[in-house]
Amino acid sequence: MAATLTAQPDDDVSVIVENLVKRFGTFTAVDHVTFQAHKGEVFGFLGPNGSGKSTTIRILCGLLRPTSGHARVAGFDVTADPESVRQHIGYMSQKFSLYNDLTVMENLRFYGGLYSVTGARLKERIAWALHMAALEGRDGSLTGTLSGGWKQRLALGCALLHRPPIVFLDEPTSGVDPLSRRQFWELIQQMASEGVTVFVSTHYMDEAEYCNRLALLMRGRVIAMGTPSQLKLGAVPGDLMLLEADSLQRALEVVKPLAQVHDAAVFGNGLHLVVPNPDAASGAIRQAMAATGVGIERLEVIRPSLEDAFVALTARASNPEAEARQ
Amino acid sequence: MNLGRMLALARKETIQIRRDPRSLAVVMLMPVMLMALMGYGIGLDQTDVPLCVYDREGSQLSQDLLKSFVSNRYFDLKLNAHNYPEMVNAVDSGRCTVGVVIPLYFSKMLGAGHPATIQAVIDATDNNTANLIIGYTQAVVARFSTGVQLDYQQRNGPTLGVPTLNLQARTWFNEDLESRNFIVPGVVALVMAVIGTFLTSLTIAREWERGTMEQLISTPVTASELIAGKLIPYFVIGMVDAATCAAISAWWFEVPFRGSVTMLFGASALFLTGVLLLGFLISALAKTQLAASQFALLTTFLPAFLLSGFAFPIDQMPAAVRVVTRIFPARYYVTILKSVFLKGTGIEPLLAPMAAMVIFAAVVGGATIRGFKKTLD
Repeated sequence: MAATLTAQPDDDVSVIVENLVKRFGTFTAVDHVTFQAHKGEVFGFLGPNGSGKSTTIRILCGLLRPTSGHARVAGFDVTADPESVRQHIGYMSQKFSLYNDLTVMENLRFYGGLYSVTGARLKERIAWALHMAALEGRDGSLTGTLSGGWKQRLALGCALLHRPPIVFLDEPTSGVDPLSRRQFWELIQQMASEGVTVFVSTHYMDEAEYCNRLALLMRGRVIAMGTPSQLKLGAVPGDLMLLEADSLQRALEVVKPLAQVHDAAVFGNGLHLVVPNPDAASGAIRQAMAATGVGIERLEVIRPSLEDAFVALTARASNPEAEARQ
Repeated sequence: MNLGRMLALARKETIQIRRDPRSLAVVMLMPVMLMALMGYGIGLDQTDVPLCVYDREGSQLSQDLLKSFVSNRYFDLKLNAHNYPEMVNAVDSGRCTVGVVIPLYFSKMLGAGHPATIQAVIDATDNNTANLIIGYTQAVVARFSTGVQLDYQQRNGPTLGVPTLNLQARTWFNEDLESRNFIVPGVVALVMAVIGTFLTSLTIAREWERGTMEQLISTPVTASELIAGKLIPYFVIGMVDAATCAAISAWWFEVPFRGSVTMLFGASALFLTGVLLLGFLISALAKTQLAASQFALLTTFLPAFLLSGFAFPIDQMPAAVRVVTRIFPARYYVTILKSVFLKGTGIEPLLAPMAAMVIFAAVVGGATIRGFKKTLD
């Protein structure tokens, strides 16, 4: 793998990460993370809080120094040349970090100044940002008086004023209403279609579906990586069945011990069952349920969702012995 | 150093200062309050020292001596004791700081051309005050004694005694020996040190606390641009404060101003730059506003108060402490201020302290730029 680092990265690759490690004292926040991201790709970091998403993004932005490993962003090494990295990226931190005591326009002008966007170009970019954030006519408002969604979009506007080729968004939609979230993702898709590489961290499953590729993080390690459909198909060993019954709790007690069912978990109004052979499992389940008198409302093979994949993958990662058995 | 980025920061900082009128008012009123507090509060002159007298003779001459004690502003007769224990008790209880005993046969001895001795008992709990009082007492007695000698000579004709050697002391620069004249320029330095560091020590710490620093350091802005950009607005405020302090000194406390205004502002600009940078260094190292402000007080107020020669003469400090005073720019600023106010000397003797302040600003500025890490580690 080291060879890819020394070789000239081809035009298409905008971020290369290799064996990245970040330790804070004895705590390993990022544990040998390796991946590549391509131009125009929406790359998602999916994982629970404390899984290393923010730390990885901060390292890639040059805000934290890696303990070991390498990362190249836009062709520049984040350890050796963080200033060049900063010229080519836009970063939006998890916590809102514009100045609340400045107006919308003053914040935009300030970041324009920091990114050396001037004159007619600045005017044009500010107009774009105001339009994008739906803040036209509110440019004189104090930023602190805006609500969550607007603040978030303004922060995005500030981070994008200089048209960076690579953008890092750390949980950009946390605390934002669903409509704003949807609009936000439309913006992300649009940027990607213009060739911008977008990194997004999230713990929303529905948002993860929008990503071209996903890295699933847990305790600092990438436990799976691929397109959302690859993850869904690859994660579940066998088929996934949905079982809906009068009493979910009793149904779970009945089906769980069955040899034909590898795993069973409550999922919304039903049970999601992992089975190696749907036909055999279906028969065994109907028989067992009938014997205990629990009525079946629905039993069918379904496509696994990303959440199923996430549950299966994290379960496997936290129990390596089970993985070895399978 | 990218000028555009620096100016963007200066503009942003100015807007933030303007949006916070309360802090701005504090910063503008602080020199007035500190000057008033310290200008009035710190005085090294002792006046109206409570005096107790036990006059054992009660003659015309002993009463004359008493009058010369009371006829100036230094002593205030509180008690005429009737016996020795009463006087001792007055000093013991702290009602009087000094007790004077005039002996029996006081006027007879003097009339006969013999020296007479009077006793002074002084409460020396505070040895500085005691020294001052001894000085005052001796001065009063010496003047009285000269009068007695002249009197004696007039009555008995000149004696062929030893010709007396007379010291004609002329006090320069602070002719009235007003300690306020000497203190107020030092207070200006003290106030500027405190304000200067206070102004900047909070600004970077505030950005860390509010999380705005994370966004800021993700941009291409460099440490020197950040510091220069933030320095500009606070420098302007600091110079206004310096002018306020100087005006209060000259017009309110009526300290003579004999030097050049240019020199005053030049030196103030240099000193201010140094302490503003020190504030940045502190806040770059301490990431909370509380820690920064405490550290700022420790590194500016105390040295400016104790080690600047403001009130305690540097010449009389132990050698090791004298060396330490050279580190702090307050010492040089105090030297220049005292000279500008009281002496009005030209620029030349002040070049060395000016250079010292330039070196301080350069060293602290360099350390700040090196010490400011654009990372969250």
